[in-house]
Order: sequence, then C-alpha cells, then structure tokens
Amino acid sequence: MSVILAIDNLQRSFGHVHAVRGVSFAVQSGECYGLLGPNGAGKTTTIELMEGILKPDAGQVRYRGQPQGAQFRAEAGIQFQNTALQDYLTVREQLKLFRNMYADGRDIEELLDVCALKPLAGRDARKLSGGQRQRMLLAIALVNRPRIVFMDEPTTGLDPQARRNFWALVRTIKAEGTTVLLTTHYMDEAYQLCDRIGIMDHGKIIAEGTPAKLLDSHFGDRVVLLPKRALEAADATIEWQALDDGEQGEILTNNLEATLNALRAANVPLGELQVRERTLEDLFLHLTGSELRA
Amino acid sequence: MRAALKRILALTHARNTEFVRDRSALGWNILLPLLLVAGLGFIFSGEGRPMFKIAVFPASAAEITDGHPVLGLRYSELVGVDDRAAAIAKVERHQFDLLLDVEAGAYWVNDSAPKGYVLDNIAAGQGLTRNQVSGAQTRYVDWLVPGILGMNMMFSCLFGVGYVIVRYRKSGYLKRLQATPTTAFEFLCAQIASRMVVIMLVTVFVYIGTDWFLNFRMVGSYLNLLLVAVLGASSMVAMGLAVAARVQSEELAGGLLNLVTWPMMVISGVWFSIEGSPAAIQWLAQSLPLTHVLTAARAVMLDGASLATITPELTVLAVMTTSFLLLGAALFRWGSD
Repeated sequence: MSVILAIDNLQRSFGHVHAVRGVSFAVQSGECYGLLGPNGAGKTTTIELMEGILKPDAGQVRYRGQPQGAQFRAEAGIQFQNTALQDYLTVREQLKLFRNMYADGRDIEELLDVCALKPLAGRDARKLSGGQRQRMLLAIALVNRPRIVFMDEPTTGLDPQARRNFWALVRTIKAEGTTVLLTTHYMDEAYQLCDRIGIMDHGKIIAEGTPAKLLDSHFGDRVVLLPKRALEAADATIEWQALDDGEQGEILTNNLEATLNALRAANVPLGELQVRERTLEDLFLHLTGSELRA
Repeated sequence: MRAALKRILALTHARNTEFVRDRSALGWNILLPLLLVAGLGFIFSGEGRPMFKIAVFPASAAEITDGHPVLGLRYSELVGVDDRAAAIAKVERHQFDLLLDVEAGAYWVNDSAPKGYVLDNIAAGQGLTRNQVSGAQTRYVDWLVPGILGMNMMFSCLFGVGYVIVRYRKSGYLKRLQATPTTAFEFLCAQIASRMVVIMLVTVFVYIGTDWFLNFRMVGSYLNLLLVAVLGASSMVAMGLAVAARVQSEELAGGLLNLVTWPMMVISGVWFSIEGSPAAIQWLAQSLPLTHVLTAARAVMLDGASLATITPELTVLAVMTTSFLLLGAALFRWGSD
C-alpha cells in the first residue's frame, strides 16, 4: 500500500487555545484510519486541517505527495460533523447539486442505491431522520467517486441500529477500495471499522497502530469482574478495585487460572463472575489517565 | 471553464429552487410590490379629485371666490401661494393648471397642457392679462415610479443576497461548498445570476402592475431601461455580496445592510430630487449605485434619453459592479477561519 495522505507536524491555535500541537501520521491508500479521542481533543481541527478547510499555523498535509490543491478537492469526499444544506431541496436534488460540482463522479441512481436512499429520493432533505440524514451526507461525500473520504464523528447521536447500518455502509465503501479517515469518540466504532487508529488528547497523538497491536502492547492482562460485596468479603490477599458504578469490582490478571484459584480459596462466590478482554476504552483511560469526556 | 459554468448553473438552479419553494419569501417578494402598487394607485388615481388645480396669489385671495369668473369655478382646487415665481415654475411643469394674480389682474397658463388650455379659454375675455409659459409636464407620480422600482430592487438585491450568504455561512452550508472544487468567484457569480433572475422578474411584474394602475410616463427605449435595470441590479447585488463577504452574524449583516440602504433611500433621489442640497450630500449620493440607476432610469422614462446620454451612468454602474464583485471575492470567507 502507498501513502495517500501524509500529515507532518500540524499545528493550529485559536487565540490562546492550542487545538493541534504537532500532529504527524500517514494514511495508507485503501485503509480505514480512525482518529479517536474525547471532545476537545483536537480531532475535528485535525481533520479540517487535513481537508483543507482550515489553514495550519505550521506543518503540512500532502495528498499523494503533493500539497492539497485542485486534485485533492476533486478526489476527496467530506462528511462534516454538522452540515447544513440548501433548504427546500429533495434528497435527489441535493445529490444532483453536489454531483454537478465535479467533472466526474457516480451516477445518482447508483448512489441512492448504495446508500439505501432510493425510497427517500423525493423527500425534502430537512425531513429525514438522523440516520437517514447521515446516509445522505455520506452519499454527498461520495458523489465524485472519491479516493479518500473524511468522516467527522459520523454516527454521533444515532441510535444503535442506525449506527450499525452506517457501519455496514462504510465497510461497503472500503471494500470498493476507498480510503476512509474517520474521527469518533466511540471506541467500539473504531474497533469495528478501523484498520489503524491514532488516539488524540490535548491536541496530540498519544498512541497509534492497529487496535489489536495497541491493546497487545499496552495490556497483557484480562479483567475479572465480580460484585463488590463478594470481593469485600474476601481476604486482603486479593487485589481489586471498585468500579464507578458502585456495584462491581474488577481484578486485573495476567494469569486467569491462578486468579480463579485464589478467589475459590478465599471463598468468593463466583456465580456472577465475568471475564472480559481489554478494550480501546481501557486503552484510552490507561493512556490519558482520565475518563472519556464524550 | 465548462466545469466552472456547470457549477455556477447548478448553484443558480438550486438557489432559485430554494427561493421558489420558500413560499413565505416568495409571497413577500410578490406581496410587497403589490402593496406598493396598490398604495400608489390609491394615492394617485383616486376618484373625486378636483378637475383643475389653480394657484392664487396672494394666498389670502384664495378664500374670496364668490362670483369670480375663474376662482368661482366648480371642481377646482384653489391653492394659495405667496411665491409667485415658484408658482409660475409649477405652471410650466403642469403642476398647477393656472396661476391667478388677483392684485395684478393677470394669469399665467401653459396652454400645451389640456387643463391649461381649458382654463385659458375660460379666463380669456374676463379682463385679465394673459401670460403664457411653456414646459413639459412631469407628474410627481411619473417622477416617483422609477424611484419606487429602484428602491424595491435595492432592498431585494442587498437583503436577498447579503442576508442569505450570512445565513449560509452561519449554518455551515458554505463550509460544505468549500470542500468541493467550487471557487468563491463561482459561488458569487451564481448568487448574482440567481438573484438577477428573481429581481428582473419581480421588477417587470411591478412595472407592468404600476403602469396598469398609474399609466405613468415612459417615452424612451425599453431596451435602454432594461440595460439600466440589469446593470443597476448587478451593482447592488455585488454590493450586497461585498457587505456579506465575511460577516458571521445575521444581526451584524442586518445592521450593515441598513447602513447602506438607508442613505440610498434618503439621498439617492427615491422620493425627492436632491438638486439644491449641500455639495457634500450630492457628492455622497454620487457614490451610491441607486443614484445612478434613478438618474438613468428617469432620463430614459421621462425624457426619452438615448443610450449615449445614459452611458456615463451605465459606465459607473458597470465599474461599481466589477469593483464590488472583485472586493467581495477578495474578502470572501467560506467559514470562520
């Protein structure tokens, strides 16, 4: 795979707020790259610098080896976090309007099909549900048959079913060979869709890699969950910590067998025991030492 | 070039569709001119108005009418005046049908006006000294109609474009367009084209409606008048674009647009001529596009001016259009960056 987008030491401030403080990474052609982080981490500023919407104070973005220019605008598809469109136009008219902005692109009917918008094509775009609107905005981002698509928190505010439908759509696009760059603060979304992720906080990328490798490199353990009352009855040889929900406690272990034996020996009832793998959310908390500020 | 034209046409079409489907905006754009036409029709075309308008000098003499062969005429409106010279000037312009100087036993009449001719025949042989003046008739309504049309055009141009662009910017629609190959210049051209279609249709509608009510004076070439309207609307749309080039808030846009529309309302000659006003006011008026629109439109409509005669005004409007458009494109910001 070749590098389609190279970001080198991007910096951007708004007044006294340093939103992006020297971000560098590269996106490979055909991959799905996710920028993760809580609100205020600098994800949206970073993606808008990459899209050419904002100008950096320092650093540069190179698309296929060149600074962003006419070729980039012709070959990139963009789905903003909040996008207003021309009022009073139907879904089909919105797509047609944006299709006419480009010299080449997809057939509108094909696009309506791909994004499951056919039954909604004649509807006023203002009257779509959240999920339908996000599908339409993605369709608009795809009108020019882009080589790379940027999506800024595309599923924020959607119900679980709409999110899963949207994920399926992203997988379809990716399967067509389109590079996808998305930001999200949903760790499960990143895990489901992204080949590689970069975790951002306070305007910097604090970890980067495939989800599996990042988890492997930071965690070798698993999490054993038990009711807090059961752990409180055990002796002091078992190390555990209470979770924020107030009901459960967790034990982090590299040797599940040994931990289970120790719990049995301490007469801890195991009827409600749960074991889970480490998640990206754990990784984020581990790296930032803070809770998600979603 | 072809791709740019395609983008401009697409944006123009989308904006027109939005405008036509926005029934409240469309309704208001049709309703306001209709109200203007109806109002003017009521003011200037009402039944029961006196047949003759006679100026009487001195003013006090207007109250003694019994038995006077001229002042005692029925269906006459007598207007007492104390400035005889000014009254004679009004007779010349047909604003008075006759001036009677009671003390001198003389009258002034413009017999090229039909009512003047009738009154001349009545006053003759009554022992009064006859004074004839000449001059072409200009009804106030004939003079006012270009002002009303120009004013309506001005509001539609400035608010219809300036306000809409700020709304687009605030809502993020411009940011979405920025992510496409569309350039600021293409977008601005599309806004001008779209608004021009609306303005020209509405102006033609108001023109025909007003003429139906008032039968105003139009002695020049319609082609010349159309040229004035097109260049005038272009200059004011471009002015709206320049005002809205980087404004973020609708409140500020409203204030700025009022700042440019009100001086035009007052000193560009919509309601009254600014001849005789202080030099500074006249100088300021010359910097406003509406002044040139109205000067050229009145020259065509009232005096039948040729293209050569209105070329200075058309040139100024073309320069203003280009300047405002270039300024707007240079200052233009898609978003807040």
